[in-house]
Amino acid sequence: MLNQLPLYEQAILTLAALILFTSFALLAQQRVLSMIHVFVWQGLLLAITTALVAYDSSATHLYYSAGLTLGLKVILIPWLLHRLVHRLNIHRQPHVVKHPSMVLMIAAALVIFAYYVTLPIHQLSVSITRNTIAISMSVVLLGMLMLITRNKAVSQVIGFMSLENGLFFAAVAATHGMPMVVELGVAFDVLVAMVIFGVFFFHIRDSIDSLDVDRLNRLAEHDQ
Amino acid sequence: MNGLLAMIQAIAFIVLAPLFASWIRRVKCVLQNRRAPALLQPYRDLAKLFSKQTLLSYNASPLFRVAPYLIAGATLLAAAVVPLLAVKLPTAAIADVIVLAGFFSLARFFLALAGMDVGTAFGGMGSSREMTLSALAEPAMLMAVFTLAMVAGSTNLSTVIDQILRDGLALRPSLLFALLSLTLVAVAETGRIPVDNPATHLELTMIHEAMILEYSGRHLALIEWASQLKLMIYGVLIANIFFPWGIATEFTPGALLIAVLAITAKLGVLGIALATGETVLAKMRLFRVPSFLTLALILALIGLLSHIILEVA
Amino acid sequence: MSALLLTLAIPLLASILLAVLGHRPWAGHLNIWASVLALAASLWLAFIILQQGTLGFFSGQFHVDSFNVYLIVLTAFIGATTALFSRPYMAKEELRGRLSSKRLRLYHSSYQGFLFTLQLALSTNNLGVLWVAMEGATLATVLLVSLYRTPEAIEAAWKYFIICGVGIALALFGTVLIYFAAAQVIPDPERALLWSTLSQHRAELEPVVMAIAFAFLLVGYGTKVGLVPMHTWLPDAHSEGPTPMSAVLSGLLLNVALYAVIRVKILTDGALGSHPGAYDPRLPGHLMMGFGMLSFVVAGLFLHRQRDIKRLFSYSSIEHMGLMTFAFGLGGPLATFAGLLHMTVHSLTKSAIFITVGHACHIAGTQSLERIRGLIRTQPSVGWGLLLGTAVIAGFPPFGVFVSEFLLLSATMASQPWLTVPLMIGLGVAFAGLFRHIQPVVYGDHPEHQAAVTANMWPVAIQLALVLWLGLTIPVFLAQWFDQATLLISGEGLL
Repeated sequence: MLNQLPLYEQAILTLAALILFTSFALLAQQRVLSMIHVFVWQGLLLAITTALVAYDSSATHLYYSAGLTLGLKVILIPWLLHRLVHRLNIHRQPHVVKHPSMVLMIAAALVIFAYYVTLPIHQLSVSITRNTIAISMSVVLLGMLMLITRNKAVSQVIGFMSLENGLFFAAVAATHGMPMVVELGVAFDVLVAMVIFGVFFFHIRDSIDSLDVDRLNRLAEHDQ
Repeated sequence: MNGLLAMIQAIAFIVLAPLFASWIRRVKCVLQNRRAPALLQPYRDLAKLFSKQTLLSYNASPLFRVAPYLIAGATLLAAAVVPLLAVKLPTAAIADVIVLAGFFSLARFFLALAGMDVGTAFGGMGSSREMTLSALAEPAMLMAVFTLAMVAGSTNLSTVIDQILRDGLALRPSLLFALLSLTLVAVAETGRIPVDNPATHLELTMIHEAMILEYSGRHLALIEWASQLKLMIYGVLIANIFFPWGIATEFTPGALLIAVLAITAKLGVLGIALATGETVLAKMRLFRVPSFLTLALILALIGLLSHIILEVA
Repeated sequence: MSALLLTLAIPLLASILLAVLGHRPWAGHLNIWASVLALAASLWLAFIILQQGTLGFFSGQFHVDSFNVYLIVLTAFIGATTALFSRPYMAKEELRGRLSSKRLRLYHSSYQGFLFTLQLALSTNNLGVLWVAMEGATLATVLLVSLYRTPEAIEAAWKYFIICGVGIALALFGTVLIYFAAAQVIPDPERALLWSTLSQHRAELEPVVMAIAFAFLLVGYGTKVGLVPMHTWLPDAHSEGPTPMSAVLSGLLLNVALYAVIRVKILTDGALGSHPGAYDPRLPGHLMMGFGMLSFVVAGLFLHRQRDIKRLFSYSSIEHMGLMTFAFGLGGPLATFAGLLHMTVHSLTKSAIFITVGHACHIAGTQSLERIRGLIRTQPSVGWGLLLGTAVIAGFPPFGVFVSEFLLLSATMASQPWLTVPLMIGLGVAFAGLFRHIQPVVYGDHPEHQAAVTANMWPVAIQLALVLWLGLTIPVFLAQWFDQATLLISGEGLL
């Protein structure tokens, strides 16, 4: 029963629910700068959760992972995104999301689907964090939903980074993190991906004079 | 004995509701650096209204005259079942949350009809706005209620509070989200800022006030009282369900005294919170309110999902 | 140990060096020398493995056995021949004004970086590092696809980045699930992601978790293999990127992704096989067969609609990768042997074809199939090369592709006879599609302005000759490696 768990384990569950809420909040944002801020909150909650799991399961390498997440997802990548947004001057453009309510309903359905998919793993795990595997899968799926439903390049990149957040959370929840070498490699890949995205935005903007990726539509089978 | 206690609780609700509204107004005035009216001013206002003549329009139907009594009656019934001081009272048998929602819907139904009855433009506008908002707020409230029901295993208010008391201090994500969702719904249903400004005199911005523009005298007094009662009911719901400590589980004088002090303190804090929110936030434009209520629905949904995913071991 | 170190370190150091010096005129030569040296190192490694069998390096973090040793040599070899082709090709592109020397620096550095990530993915024993290397391979090539900076190139690169990024993310989830299953069986967390350790304990792994993990990894790495319906990035990336990049993408990256899928399949088969009650032990095989057949059929049909020569051959790559996935999914020693042989000969042939196509595009000045004509008259070596290459990839005897397809058909006839029908029809459809487009390209009336270019066809000739050799007779050591790999993958040897 929930009330028999120690307080910090209850806190882990509450933080997981808050991380899910930030995923929903990301889907509902209309301005790029507020999207970046919600992403920062998600990263921060993730770092705190990782630290709590580290304390709970006495896996000291998770403290390093928490620190890595803090540095990368809370400070470095949002700073890069912020700089990009200002240099590309897109913080002044409104970003109209099509059918926001329907997107949120689909998001709720995806959460239920994620729960169903991870149920067998849930039943097999013995750690306290097994319930949060479904939450991490939901964050992954909601990140993908953001990639699909948004047509501005920066929003798609934030969706991609949120997807990586969900994967990191899955690793923390299911297996108390991965071996350090893998974690470092993944973090390095994410950072390089972010840098390349940044370079890309300028290319896209120079090529089609906007960052609306719906306009990248010259290559299609019916044209061939 | 218990029946007497239940009746005392209901009377306490009726008597103290204007005091709660007055407290909120006082805190708002303090925050906005204005001089507050006396704490007992709402009673004087109600007494004044009761002593005045009621004026009815030529084309007011009998519904118009009956509606205030129906509204007050439904709200009164709702107040009688919500546990203010003690759980496990005889009235607790009908203290089902869905019944409570039903009482509120009844009151709102007649209020909306009364608003349209006389045929004025503002009345119709108020009624249609009110029904739109309640149509969006109902799912959120019911979703939050279902979350509570799943946590406690019953929709009976008394059982829910009792169960949460017995669970002790536990940080449940489902209850956290249900609390946030119910707070947003309460703000929308009672017509406070950021959904509706209760002190506005601009008819085009009104929702609740627009429906009662044509009322006067004792009819207006009853409707005003009913709306104050509704505010207090929502306050007591939020205070006693999510922070139930202090409520009396036995009917000893000591427990009841603690319950009185506890509910006073909780309502006081809630009043301060509401007043602060009203001061800090601005009233939203009407077309933004649906997204506000969608947020409430999403919060309730996440609460429900958190319960199923995270808390059921 | 030093052989492996050299094989990995040479591309890495070359990449860093070229990042600084890649804009110089001799950067192309440096690229070639680095690739040749890496090839020599890989041959040395192969020689060591030939003598000593399976080896683990650096306390088990790297693992070279009969399955990946020839892939390592193949990667280095095709890297070298493509580098040989790329030097004059990119110089010509620079002359034509499509590139600047700064972009050439990015190109050369990313080329070697890409080769490094591929060799890392092939030789690592750690499934997590495998993931990091696959993601690294995507990152190294994404800026190459958009090298020409046209709107179409940027669109192709964006599509590539997003689709492969999402796919790789799913593969990461699968890797986490494998770690989850492994941690319950292998107590030491540092060893729980090592493939060799996992392979020893694969009968003890939890079947349900492994099945879900395999599904995620198949979809994830399958995106990089080019399986339908995750293939949409492939034709765009091949047609818009520079031709040497198309050659290494088709020849190498798709192979390495399939290699990753098969490594996981070995683990999953072991896990499911020992607990027959939980899931059908043939589930991974059926999934692979489904995706493989779908890719094969869809790509064969799409071949007919193409109007760009590089897109045509990229669909041919999808088709062949589908065929290989089907082969490995079918299981059994004959089909597995066929799949391994096909991986080798397809790489050699496809990169040779892309090299020839690169020359053809330079001759005609365009990539459009409707405007390249009469190659055999303008420059016979290119024309013959293209004709021969297309014939080889379509499955003409006595080349290696015919042999592997024949073995696959025999295996299918033995275990799933009805599936032989779509296979043969698909092969026929693809054959028709390829020749229908290539025949006018090679034989038609050539336009007046088309002139011959200096084209080094030696890499093409060598690679096609190798494919012929593999079709006629497989050298003993290679056959032994294939056999040991078949034993590893399907549980029984062939020979």
